[in-house]
Amino acid sequence: MRSVPRAAVSGVSVEGPSSPPSPWLSFPERALTFCLAELRRIRHDRTELYTRAVQPALWLLIFGKTFSHLRSIPTAGLPYLDYLAPGIMAQSALFIAIFYGITIIWERDFGMLTKLLATPTPRSALVTGKAFAAGVRGISQVVIVILLSAILGVTLDYNLLHLLGAVAVILLGSAFFSTLSMAIAGIVLTRERLMGIGQAITMPLFFASNALYPVSLMPRWLQAIGFANPLSYEVDALRGLLLGLPTSLGTDFVALVVAAFAGVTTASLLVGRLAR
Amino acid sequence: MSRPQLRPRAAGSPVPGGVPAVACERLGFSFDSVRAVDRVCFEVQPGEVFGLLGPNGAGKTTTIRILTTLLPPQEGSAHVFGIDVRKHPMAVRAALGYVPQQLSVDAQLSGYENVWLFARLYGIPRRERAARIHDALETVGLADAARRLASTYSGGMVRRLELAQALVNRPRLLVLDEPTIGLDPIARGDVHERILQLVREQTMTVLLTTHYMEEADQLCDRVALMHRGRIRALGSPAELKAALGPGASLEDVFRHHAGHDLEEGGTLREVRTTRRGLGRFG
Repeated sequence: MRSVPRAAVSGVSVEGPSSPPSPWLSFPERALTFCLAELRRIRHDRTELYTRAVQPALWLLIFGKTFSHLRSIPTAGLPYLDYLAPGIMAQSALFIAIFYGITIIWERDFGMLTKLLATPTPRSALVTGKAFAAGVRGISQVVIVILLSAILGVTLDYNLLHLLGAVAVILLGSAFFSTLSMAIAGIVLTRERLMGIGQAITMPLFFASNALYPVSLMPRWLQAIGFANPLSYEVDALRGLLLGLPTSLGTDFVALVVAAFAGVTTASLLVGRLAR
Repeated sequence: MSRPQLRPRAAGSPVPGGVPAVACERLGFSFDSVRAVDRVCFEVQPGEVFGLLGPNGAGKTTTIRILTTLLPPQEGSAHVFGIDVRKHPMAVRAALGYVPQQLSVDAQLSGYENVWLFARLYGIPRRERAARIHDALETVGLADAARRLASTYSGGMVRRLELAQALVNRPRLLVLDEPTIGLDPIARGDVHERILQLVREQTMTVLLTTHYMEEADQLCDRVALMHRGRIRALGSPAELKAALGPGASLEDVFRHHAGHDLEEGGTLREVRTTRRGLGRFG
């Protein structure tokens, strides 16, 4: 016969939820787990890093090189390619983040998400972790754009503090766009619909920002969108940090932190729908 | 079954003064117009292996999802070791190890990393983590394959890895949703052995769902037969069979209680997700 089960003995004493420590204490550690897992995935399979490098390379080489000849875009005296490089960094991070919700639907269609949601991990820790995991992938793109820029002769500011600032900007921007994607995932629930919506909003977000040209060039109604678009603040901050342009870094960071926080909150509320 | 009993049956004898591992009281849940769980009541005693048995769409998985706090109960109540799943979901999750029916390993991570992910999410302290991960992998016989990517694992190995992810928490209640679905007979027997070994050596409480009658017969101390959201019969497999007469199988018992009303249940989405979890990764 089996001995008296351990669970039965300890079961007597457990009447309430007092025994396990609060999961909120370890919120950062749990969120970090998802970033570390993402790094390990990237380490195991680097193909995506290389294939994803093609698009920013095309934007810089073809679009950038061609438009540098026009000289009709006010760039505060910089060569257009220099002006464009931070925009392309933000764009390639955006393209990754805006489709990041697909990974969460993928994990749902398999059983991974239900298993993750059944661990004592707050929804918001999962969402925050995934949001910054998207940023981790985004940063790998930024590294590639910086290398390309160096080859093309763009003079970026390689001050370590400024580079770290740029990393923070990309993380925050990716956090917003990936949580937007996860929130949409929580609403539409299928990969196909999320792909469709992602495709529909990516280019408008990109064009209605200052990534390619200053917001002041746009028609008035588009300017309003440009000012509400977190991508504009992301690009503005990157230009300030990497090109030394006189930008409003403080406003940029506040806007990005607020956007990321709003995104995490919204997505946390919606992501539980995926477990049903 | 002619197969010898692998361990003595406890037949669900309640432990005096003990809080039940699981207690469901008139549990109800509906998806739109479909009544998935209908006034379900049962208790699982600590140390017991309890099976929810029934065809696809019987309400087994919905019941499990309520107990694992993935769905809030719409009617009635559910407690795990005396903790209300609605009021204190975090405390319930901390006591659980859950292996869902579908595939729940990350193919892009190694076996070790898959367990490491859950060790961190269960909040296992850093100094214990490596040892606990190793123990869990050792228990399911994957210590030697730990460094390989999960995408190179066979179907049986994937299932065992999923078990290790749940075991790393040293759960008081292990919840297994269709633990052997899609496995070949050899892998299935292997998973059965591992579950029985766990119950023997670690005196864990196990709640599992299955639609394989012989699996319930072989593994469970007690089973609840579910059909269309309701529990139709509850007892030890021996009791249920004996009540029907000599030579009755659990399948006969099931037909007796479900009537001739046994057409295939489940939506296309259930069928799709069930099949997707099968076999190997590509």
